[in-house]
Amino acid sequence: MEVLISRYHPDKDDEPYMQTFEVDGSQLHSDAMLLELILHLREIDPTLGVRYSCQEGVCGSDALNVNGKNLLSCTTPLKSLKEPIEIRPLPGFPIIKDLIVDLELFYQQYKSVEPFLQSEPLDPQQEHLQTPKQREQLDGKYECILCACCSASCPSFWWNPDLFAGPAALLAAQRFTIDSRDITTIDRLHKLDSPTKTFRCRHIQNCTASCPKGLNPSQAIQSLKNRIVKGH
Amino acid sequence: MSESLLEYDFDVIIIGAGGAGLRAALLLTEQGHKVAVVSKVFPTRSHTVAAQGGINAALANVTPDKWEWHMYDTIKGSDYLGDQDAIEFMCSEAAEIVRELEHFGVPFSRLNNGKIYQRAFGGQSQNYGESQAHRTCAAADRTGHAILHSLYQQNLRSGTHFFDEHYAIDLLKSGEQVCGAVVMNLHDSQLKRLNAKHTLLATGGAGQVFRTNTNAAINSGDGLGMVARAGFTLQDMEFWQFHPTGVAGKGMLISEAVRGEGGILRNSNGEAFMERYAPRVKDLASRDVVARAISIEVTEGRGCGPNKDYVLLDISHLDGDLVRQRLPGIRDISMTFLGKDPIEEPIPVFPTCHYMMGGIPTNLQAQVVTPDHNSEQAVVDGLYAIGECACVSVHGANRLGGNSLLDIVVFGRKAAQSIDAELKANTRRKISEADNLEVILARFHRWQLAQTTDDSIARIKKDLQTVMEQGCGVFRDLDSMQTALDKLLPIEERLMEVGLNDHSDVFNLDRLAALELENLLIVAFATVQSALARQESRGAHSRVDFPERDDSDWLKHTLYSHRLRRLSYKKVNLTPQHHAPFEPKKRVY
Repeated sequence: MEVLISRYHPDKDDEPYMQTFEVDGSQLHSDAMLLELILHLREIDPTLGVRYSCQEGVCGSDALNVNGKNLLSCTTPLKSLKEPIEIRPLPGFPIIKDLIVDLELFYQQYKSVEPFLQSEPLDPQQEHLQTPKQREQLDGKYECILCACCSASCPSFWWNPDLFAGPAALLAAQRFTIDSRDITTIDRLHKLDSPTKTFRCRHIQNCTASCPKGLNPSQAIQSLKNRIVKGH
Repeated sequence: MSESLLEYDFDVIIIGAGGAGLRAALLLTEQGHKVAVVSKVFPTRSHTVAAQGGINAALANVTPDKWEWHMYDTIKGSDYLGDQDAIEFMCSEAAEIVRELEHFGVPFSRLNNGKIYQRAFGGQSQNYGESQAHRTCAAADRTGHAILHSLYQQNLRSGTHFFDEHYAIDLLKSGEQVCGAVVMNLHDSQLKRLNAKHTLLATGGAGQVFRTNTNAAINSGDGLGMVARAGFTLQDMEFWQFHPTGVAGKGMLISEAVRGEGGILRNSNGEAFMERYAPRVKDLASRDVVARAISIEVTEGRGCGPNKDYVLLDISHLDGDLVRQRLPGIRDISMTFLGKDPIEEPIPVFPTCHYMMGGIPTNLQAQVVTPDHNSEQAVVDGLYAIGECACVSVHGANRLGGNSLLDIVVFGRKAAQSIDAELKANTRRKISEADNLEVILARFHRWQLAQTTDDSIARIKKDLQTVMEQGCGVFRDLDSMQTALDKLLPIEERLMEVGLNDHSDVFNLDRLAALELENLLIVAFATVQSALARQESRGAHSRVDFPERDDSDWLKHTLYSHRLRRLSYKKVNLTPQHHAPFEPKKRVY
């Protein structure tokens, strides 16, 4: 099979270029994921730079842009990809080397929404009670693995990664505004009421389409905006 | 490559940003100490994220419970090799630890009365071995993810300083005291010398030493390698947990929660075979028992599939909505990697290397201990270890499901409390001047100079993993282990000879893999040597040639010195501080 991989080394390349590999598919398992192919290529060329770790879609290390779509290489069946397979780093971030990008701005935006529970202090002999229904509100919000597939597919984030919080951060923001244990909802909504930080989202919905965990940041941002407008 | 080392001073450095490291960091930062966390990956990529089923605590939200019952189950589960004082401490802290996690924001699943949901798990009982307990607190089947992210989030609140994507190379020493570590920024290979009054290792497991495993690629035993090179011992390295239900042929974890919620293991005859091995608790026997049962079924020809090399985990009788709600992650893994919806079709499973019960020996304060002339438990000044890399020992010869998340948080907090108390009591403690910097740099520079060869790091690692799987799997005997040991020596020579293909300083993964492989090789030697010597079967160490447990000769911990390539032993603690001791008994489920 024919595989094209974006290569870039800051010491010798002015800009990224595509390198073509011819791979003997019989060297791989018939039900291989894309990561198996990439690790096979790394054995041929150990200088190939790529992040990966858990190999089962929970650590969020191996987000890539493949045939134009952002995805996790460890949960994408090779068979599902059309040849030639074109593998690029996540778009919109500075490239450190080959497929490894600098996610600092992505992490900064996550931190900027205060993604931590602020609850009524309680002595350690007690639990905050939460009904199954209240807890259900968090489903689809807390499972984010910070892989950045969503923010790296968002035109608003590409243009203003320093100003627009981006879908991953806003999904986290929404999660804490609806957690029944959090007591800072009004304050959170107030801080998120910004034309750039939140309202720069144009609901293109690339985020939802690209989320490898099947989450829906677009809907979460819509709900967040509605509540900011209504003030609660 | 910059020859000049950047230099920083801290009160505490924590190496590893999984649940253990992050729990410790949170307390120490909140107490105002100057703390740095070093992690070779961004913190939420740490392997705690993959833990599924839950965390044990006797909250009694579902069934009556007492921490003393949890203590009994853990000691029995450990096949009496766990230290009873440490197990007592862990179980008595558990309820508060879990409530504290809830306060930090962990989105636990809930019961109708609003309290934390608890499920049944293997090896857990009410009233010292009577009926099944529901003790495992769960956030669906993503409990590790929920805990790791919540702890990271709280560290963002407290302002902990992180060195992300920095790799710890070795411990700095001044005489026999530890005074920090040399670390490398993976982005540019810049070396940094982190001087510290206290150094806390939280580097996790080393499951990459076996070919089929549930572990992340990063689980390479870095803390164990550093400790061994610093001249200290490793404990109980013959005890590796093979999780009964890894995805057959691939290794991904299928949580014990599947059986806790009612899943049943079946062989090629459709028989629920665990009834024969553990008549009372069946599929919820301890992990070592279930892993052996599956291996025997397959060996005796009752495996499933075209090669008869796995068994089936069946949940087709459970309500589909319950599966979607309680086991969404497992359903996802099964559909992604096998194309099977477990609501409709059973999951093919086989035992896979999951967890290292052994590790860096520590005391109840999480201080690293090592034998010296006067004591088998001499404290290493300035060095602490917690979580999977440590061996305190709360898991003994076999860990119970739901006890590893508990271990990391209990001892994460305890280590931080010990260090906090020490820093406050001893305000004049200075950072010592290291005297081993040259040795550390020489090892590192060898890899920079190593010219390309025909052999490669990737090939040596694969061979190492195969040797370990063949020699030290679920069942072992003298022949299999001696063969493994004989094959490790040439692998060690190859690692001395091999060169690298990448000589750049930007994200040099080839050099990183070489440094990790040096650690894995130490783990492999420790495992085989410790296992060869132990002439009995206990917990996860099952010898075909010595099938019985032998308390008169082997109720003791193994200590392995890599520097001397020599074993020694130390006593198991059988005297808890509050509860009456549990005398070793035959272990029946």
